[in-house]
Amino acid sequence: MNWLALASILAAALAVSFGAIGPALAEGRAVAAAMDAIARQPEAANTISRTLFVGLAMIETMAIYCLVIALLLLFANPLLR
Amino acid sequence: MRSPLAHAALLHVGPVPITAPVIVTWGIVAVLGLGGMALTSRLSLIPSSRQAALELIVEAVDSQIRDTMRVEPGPYRAFIGTLFLFIFTANWSMLVPGIEPPTASLETDAALAGLVFLAVIWFGIRAGGVRGYLASFAAPNPVMIPLNFIESLTRSFSLLVRLFGNVMSGVFVIGIVLSLAGLLVPIPLMALDLLTGAVQAYIFAVLAMVFIAQVVGEAKPAATIANEGTNP
Repeated sequence: MNWLALASILAAALAVSFGAIGPALAEGRAVAAAMDAIARQPEAANTISRTLFVGLAMIETMAIYCLVIALLLLFANPLLR
Repeated sequence: MRSPLAHAALLHVGPVPITAPVIVTWGIVAVLGLGGMALTSRLSLIPSSRQAALELIVEAVDSQIRDTMRVEPGPYRAFIGTLFLFIFTANWSMLVPGIEPPTASLETDAALAGLVFLAVIWFGIRAGGVRGYLASFAAPNPVMIPLNFIESLTRSFSLLVRLFGNVMSGVFVIGIVLSLAGLLVPIPLMALDLLTGAVQAYIFAVLAMVFIAQVVGEAKPAATIANEGTNP
């Protein structure tokens, strides 16, 4: 195995692992804030949880981007052709 | 291991290769289309239980549109409802053995995101005319024109990557666990995938609604101001 493939695998692992940290922290904060809001105002739970789901999807996209980058590095790497 | 980004062609129609996701998509379109036609062929004022179940789905879509877009759902019901039902059925089609959800391939998601991109333009022009739609790029002020233009492209791209990444990663993880651990172990993961699939279908529909509501809201005041300017 040449060093380019090695570097690609390493970079894919790094992309996923470090790319998951930020969204994980952010999702935790978002859910905590939503729980707080629902506890204060239970009658608004419908609106809050709908907004929460959309927000979580937005945050999750960042981690998904990293996953796609990792898959591109592993399966569609232009340097390894 | 098979790449999740490429699919082998099963058969060829002329020069066009037909892959498995395309055939599954045709199947879903046929099931939804024929099922819809068969179920709505005999509608009555006093609903049967089948018709009541259908009305429940339509009511749910309507109330979501009303809550998210703050408008009457009439013009948007067909597009948003079809989008949600198709993605939901596609994500849950993994319940049928041997079928991989077509949303786990990049091309299907690209087509869906492209549909949303075109729908935003269509509803924007319908709400405010071509001038109103173009003026919506200059909201809140003209400095934002390049940013708004880039945003309209990147948000379609992020719709595509979000759906693809979520569904494909589920299929991928199940494949890996199945090859490592064997027969019954991936079942909890598949249950999680069903949940993810439902949530992603919902989120795709909600984001389409949000984008459309935004452009309609921004195109409308510009159009009314322009009309007042020309016809005092």
